[in-house]
Amino acid sequence: MNELFARYPILLVSLVKVAVLLFVLLTSLAYMVWFERKVAAHIQSRIGPYRVGPHGLLQPAADGLKFLMKEDPTPEGADRFVYSLAPFLTLSLAITTIALIPFGPSTIRIFGQDTPLVIANVNVGLLIIFAITSMGVYGVALAGWSSDNKYSLLGGLRSSAQMISYELSLTMSVVGVLLLAGTFNLSDIVRAQDGFSWHFLPRWNLLSPTLPQLLGFFCYFTAAVAETNRLPFDLAEAESELVAGYHTEYASFRFAMFFMGEYAAMITVACLAAILFFGGWLSPFPQVPAFAWTHYLPTAFFAAAGIALVIHGVRYITALGRVVLPAWGLVLCALAFICSRPGVIEVVQGPFWFLMKVFIVLFVYVWVRWTLPRFRYDQLMAIGWKVLLPLTLLNVVLTSLAVVAHK
Amino acid sequence: MTAQMAIFLVLAAVAIAGAINLILQRHPIHSALSLVVVMAALAGLYLLLDAEFVAAIQIIVYAGAIMVLFIFVIMLLNAGVEERTNMSHIASYAGIPLAALLLLELAYRVARASAPLVAQPTPEGATRQLSLLLFRNFAFPFELTSILILIGMVGALVLAKRDE
Repeated sequence: MNELFARYPILLVSLVKVAVLLFVLLTSLAYMVWFERKVAAHIQSRIGPYRVGPHGLLQPAADGLKFLMKEDPTPEGADRFVYSLAPFLTLSLAITTIALIPFGPSTIRIFGQDTPLVIANVNVGLLIIFAITSMGVYGVALAGWSSDNKYSLLGGLRSSAQMISYELSLTMSVVGVLLLAGTFNLSDIVRAQDGFSWHFLPRWNLLSPTLPQLLGFFCYFTAAVAETNRLPFDLAEAESELVAGYHTEYASFRFAMFFMGEYAAMITVACLAAILFFGGWLSPFPQVPAFAWTHYLPTAFFAAAGIALVIHGVRYITALGRVVLPAWGLVLCALAFICSRPGVIEVVQGPFWFLMKVFIVLFVYVWVRWTLPRFRYDQLMAIGWKVLLPLTLLNVVLTSLAVVAHK
Repeated sequence: MTAQMAIFLVLAAVAIAGAINLILQRHPIHSALSLVVVMAALAGLYLLLDAEFVAAIQIIVYAGAIMVLFIFVIMLLNAGVEERTNMSHIASYAGIPLAALLLLELAYRVARASAPLVAQPTPEGATRQLSLLLFRNFAFPFELTSILILIGMVGALVLAKRDE
């Protein structure tokens, strides 16, 4: 083993990166559920999770423990192999895509090796992501088929049809971005968006001077919401018609795997939206001396959050909260201090802006879910084929013309 | 044995095992899933040859679209387990010798091949070269193929609508 790592140091570095990213991703998956429940509750004038830990922050841990302890039955007539394969496929495919997401421009040093903030920097990164997400439909279709349940089968059929239909629009909607960038490499797509029009408007693809990709982003986001089976396009698990759709029969941790797969797919979609349309890790401020203070924005952000948490925490109603919340506030303050150190401050800029953009897209995702009602099935298909696909093709034609005109 | 050789052997073994399993399985869904495994292994082989674009397209088109349609149709028709029949006489007397002959011929050709079988790695990826070929040198056959597919689609629609 040691010899292997000595010969291929990139193996060891990649293993470390994969382990760190997996830990961060799985934690954020758990807290995405908490976040969604909180946002949903506040949209509906409720409080949301509050009992388990301060502000319900231990809710994901409690949920996870419950998923592990529950009975895990397999239906009588189920196809056992495929029944166990489906949730595994869904989760593993959804998690794999994060390996291709670049988080920042700078390199970090692990075991004496300078390495970029991405696990796999592939020339056709975008295509590989689409390849992996296009396999995601198997999880849903096979779960529906193998459960030996009519509701599951209908849910699986519906969602296969839906995912095939919207995958076209999803892929076509980013062609505009590809035409502007001229590459499939995600890091290069971000680099192509560097610069500012009239010294203040960032040249992100959404605001590109060649042709703003507003139409492209609208189509991408709509298709992506449908592709991840989320409201208003969650016909695969329409509770009012299909009990729970394709995962009706699943319980315990297998159900949790579907659940986590859905949120992992959301995070991938949000990361891609940030990279393709919002300039990825690029700062929204021009990189001139007048804006040098923006380098301290991560510090200010963490410090403000930490101080607010300490002030709020010491007056919290439970004793646990009065200890835990200020402690986390102090951790955030320490993080703020570290972020202001020379050597660290340059590295955190990229990931900070990238994660901010991803977070905003995720918030919109949740916001849409709790605002719009579900479409009818025929409406869903009509939107996919008669509205979204022609719009994406129009975007391709317009962008091609604009690119040629600007040459 | 180099790492590349080891990866090649694993992928080749997976592809062959998937293909054999495809024939042996009696349920159409299991056969279709085996075919997906074969497609994925082939994509891995393309990656090994530095053909990233072809590998991605292989997964998107074959594993992600065509096989999903297969599985969709099998689910829609609710096809059950197939019955095993006795081999027909033609298959048992002519098929096995012919298959052996084909294998021998392939082995002979591969053994005699002189050109290196591994493609030269391209630093910037083959995507650019491939698109130049498709959209400049062979633009006309490429567009012709797409019209051919369109004709096939229209034909299928006409056949499906004949009753009304």
